[in-house]
Amino acid sequence: MTTYHVLSQFAQTGGLIYFMLLFAAVAIYALRPRNSAKFERAARLPLAED
Amino acid sequence: MAARAHVKYMTEGEGGLSAALLAGVLVCLFAAARAEDAAFAFHAYLSAAASLGGLMLVLSHFAGRDASPVPQEVNGKPNYNLGPVKFAVIASVVWGIAGFLVGVIIAFQLWAPELNFGLPFTNFGRLRPLHTSAVIFAFGGNVLIGTSFYVVQRTCRARLAGELAPWFVVLGYNFFIVLAGTGYLLGVTQSKEYAEPEWYADLWLTIVWVVYLLVFLGTIWKRKEPHIFVANWFYLAFIVTIAMLHIVNNLAMPVSVFGSKSYPIFSGVQDALIQWWYGHNAVGFFLTAGFLAIMYYFIPKRAERPVYSYRLSIIHFWALIFMYIWAGPHHLHYTALPDWAQTLGMTFSIMLWMPSWGGMINGLMTLSGAWDKLRTDPVLRMMVVSLAFYGMSTFEGPMMSIKAVNSLSHYTDWTIGHVHSGALGWVAYVSFGALYCLVPWLWNRPRLYSLKLVEWHFWVSTLGIVLYITSMWVAGIMQGLMWRAYNALGFLEYSFIETVEAMQPYYLVRALGGVLFLTGALIMAFNLYMTVRGSEAEEEEQVPVLAPAPAPLPIAAE
Repeated sequence: MTTYHVLSQFAQTGGLIYFMLLFAAVAIYALRPRNSAKFERAARLPLAED
Repeated sequence: MAARAHVKYMTEGEGGLSAALLAGVLVCLFAAARAEDAAFAFHAYLSAAASLGGLMLVLSHFAGRDASPVPQEVNGKPNYNLGPVKFAVIASVVWGIAGFLVGVIIAFQLWAPELNFGLPFTNFGRLRPLHTSAVIFAFGGNVLIGTSFYVVQRTCRARLAGELAPWFVVLGYNFFIVLAGTGYLLGVTQSKEYAEPEWYADLWLTIVWVVYLLVFLGTIWKRKEPHIFVANWFYLAFIVTIAMLHIVNNLAMPVSVFGSKSYPIFSGVQDALIQWWYGHNAVGFFLTAGFLAIMYYFIPKRAERPVYSYRLSIIHFWALIFMYIWAGPHHLHYTALPDWAQTLGMTFSIMLWMPSWGGMINGLMTLSGAWDKLRTDPVLRMMVVSLAFYGMSTFEGPMMSIKAVNSLSHYTDWTIGHVHSGALGWVAYVSFGALYCLVPWLWNRPRLYSLKLVEWHFWVSTLGIVLYITSMWVAGIMQGLMWRAYNALGFLEYSFIETVEAMQPYYLVRALGGVLFLTGALIMAFNLYMTVRGSEAEEEEQVPVLAPAPAPLPIAAE
């Protein structure tokens, strides 16, 4: 029972913050203007023939 | 002797695999001799034969190959390994037709139960997992393995890692399908939905899957293209997550190492939760993430347009995989599962609507600047309609996960209709689109045998899907309402058998829809076969005279 409480306590606090931060990091990576040229090229990857 | 004449030596892989397969033959024959039930003996003999066949393949590969290793590049271009992809493409068409056919048979059995002919092997309970596994794992799985091996090579500009390993994955996976399917017919099952194969088949799949992961990672590792294309992220999520789900959900203790029966190590509600954590993520990572990878490569390729928003694809990926993994408990509403877990599953299911539709919009908008191709290219139309069905079923799913809606829909045929709008409309259509693209590319044909036949396939099977899902909506909602109908005295209005009788006409409509869908798949198989043979139908008016593409408009999103 105590293990359950410890785990659920962590899931509801630390886990939540962890996931929020991860998602924020993903969003920053995706939206950062510096990456736009890289993504522009990546979007055309299937079209490049060899 | 022959080897010495060419000064050719076995690689470590060839030698190791030969030794492993030889050991496999002996172990399987020993197991067959000690078998405690007939089905296990049959599977042991089958495995011995397969190991022997594999051993002969490895030896003939060794005898037939050059002494020097296969070049990674030819004339400065990657020397793509397309043999395993071709095998997976053929296997997916064959298994697809088999799976659709079994689906049609059991649909007719529901309409007229006598059609099981009183035989154990053709009983509904045995044929149903044969149908679900054949379409999901045999058809869908071969499409995923084949396309993933194609896409990862193309987008990494590198030959597949390993020479025997990709073949081991493709052949080993299909042998797993044979073990699973023959097992169901013989009554071998651990009764977990979408995870019916018994412990030895599960162990075999684990080995194959780990090799699959290694081949995929190895190819990414030696890539020439610095960026890892988003489709490869989706494929990787599919491979890694399926490995995790498969292992945890199939933790079981065999009654005997020489028998087919095993018992899961979890029990009661824990077992149920793990089963549906597995079951729903089989939908999320096998039937969604893997096929989204197909969308992100094949739709841009076919439409000759870049991915609409690459940024959205990144957010799509992470949001989708973070959320899907929590949605499983919505299969266990109003059960012994704790209330908070049910609510958690429901909440995440509703949130999933957003990444699902984000991905759908990204796929659809990839056609911006090329919408006219929907009129002229039935292959592209098939893939776009698959996205429409994806959008529809990923709206319907979250809605059905709401407890109040679920109290009506659960255990009814509405669920079956929902599953099939996703499976037929989304998974199968995007797969058909990918197959129509891949076959001319793989066999070096300028185009498909006939686009007109693709039109026929498209319309015949679309009609089939519409008949299927509408009949199941009506049947399911009617069934749910009849179950909860009370009379003035507070007694149930209908007995269970009355609800079954009421559904009979809808079952017939559903079976006819299935016949149409199967007919469409047969048209596709013929078309693909003729394409491989190198023929082209006489369709003067069909040959599109390609006008020079208009200069791409600047697109707002990027």
